[in-house]
Amino acid sequence: MTGVGSIFNENLKVINIGIESFFDSMKDQSIPVVHVEWKPPAGGNEKLMDILEKLKK
Amino acid sequence: MNKIDRANEKALDIINRGEPVLVDIKFAKDVLVGMEKNVIGHAGPPLEWEQMTGPLRGAILGAIKYEGLAENDEDALKLVLEKKVVFKHNHSMGAVGPMTGMITYSMPLYEVKNETFGNYAYCTFNEGLGKVMRFGANDENVIKKLKWLETVLAPVMKEMLEKFGPINLKVLISKAMAMGDEMHQRNIAASALFLREVSPKIVQIVKDPEILMEVMAFIAGNEQFFLNMAMASGKVIMDPVKGIKDSTVVTAMSRNGTNFGIKVSGLGETWYEAPVEMPIGLYFPGFSEKDANPDIGDSTIIETFGVGGFAMASAPAVVRFVGAESVDAAYNYTKEMGEITVGVSPHYVIPTMNFIGTPTGIDIRKVVEYNIPPVINTGMASKIAGVGQVGAGIVKAPMDCFIKAVTAFAEIYEPGEE
Repeated sequence: MTGVGSIFNENLKVINIGIESFFDSMKDQSIPVVHVEWKPPAGGNEKLMDILEKLKK
Repeated sequence: MNKIDRANEKALDIINRGEPVLVDIKFAKDVLVGMEKNVIGHAGPPLEWEQMTGPLRGAILGAIKYEGLAENDEDALKLVLEKKVVFKHNHSMGAVGPMTGMITYSMPLYEVKNETFGNYAYCTFNEGLGKVMRFGANDENVIKKLKWLETVLAPVMKEMLEKFGPINLKVLISKAMAMGDEMHQRNIAASALFLREVSPKIVQIVKDPEILMEVMAFIAGNEQFFLNMAMASGKVIMDPVKGIKDSTVVTAMSRNGTNFGIKVSGLGETWYEAPVEMPIGLYFPGFSEKDANPDIGDSTIIETFGVGGFAMASAPAVVRFVGAESVDAAYNYTKEMGEITVGVSPHYVIPTMNFIGTPTGIDIRKVVEYNIPPVINTGMASKIAGVGQVGAGIVKAPMDCFIKAVTAFAEIYEPGEE
């Protein structure tokens, strides 16, 4: 099997970005996984993102 | 580099050139602007009696008795309700005080000078642990101890400084951090170093062996004795950072038990406030979270200049005391504070992290963008007036302070390179 389907037949090695519970559940299933802490800028608040953009100029 | 980055580099440089030196002991009535016999200085941004929580009210009643304005709590309360006492927040008088932060007319203060910029800041003496006024206790033993500080310890310390000269606090802080202090909830090394510094001097001044024993036992018996000097150091380092046009660096953080306030260099003297949060930590035997008052005190000036919770990695031994789960957690707190600061300190370094400097110069833009609030190590007061300390823990600065400040900043900021 080639392409995206191959991931179902191979051992997974995962990089998890953001939500930590996904990382925890994979770790619980002994899947090799590293976690990258990431949050949307300003908690995803668009008004604040605009303000921050102005302060970068 | 835009104008803000340039201004923040300047702010960091001023912080890092700060040289706090203990030069004298003064009395509040002689040095604090606006201090009168009926003025009560308190921690945090300004607030009125109606908004104050239990420990602050308890401490105020005690402070009124300490000044001899009333004989008992009932009469003291009457003076408050008749508005015969005036509340001023310590920062407005050039001073800071831990927890409730009581500063009144007759209290002795450490006078700390920033040798680089020539400015001064003041802080009260530390009373020790347990039932003390800074945690809202106010009975006759509390008042008696404060009177002892005023009439016995303060004159000895003053004479010592006059006779033997100033004491460089930057050197003591930097040595203490190499010995496992973070300067907010752990000042064991700094207090011991201070004792080592002053012992040979004090024994030459005090002739009465009983008073000598009292003074030495008091300093030696209080692991947080140095805290108040660290706080005055923070204030004297941060004050010259105020008023830098286009700088988004925080110059003060403080709590009054009701609200948490921050000041920002480019925004002048305005407090940006939000309701305080509850610390999470460990309680002394017999107490639990239902006994604790929300966050209170001027001591967050310590985190403002980049130590305390920001330097948790330098103090693995404090981790359990403040209820953090592991030494790794302490490292993570310090690393995380590195995300929201302009740079690092060249003087206050962390041996356990290959001598990296502590994260310094909180940038409100980064706090909001990364959604990471400053972390603070703190004591916890009972919410009932008169009880005192119930534990120690970790608390986060409320994000709303930073959102309000960054919004206000954007309204006045004109983008541009420099």
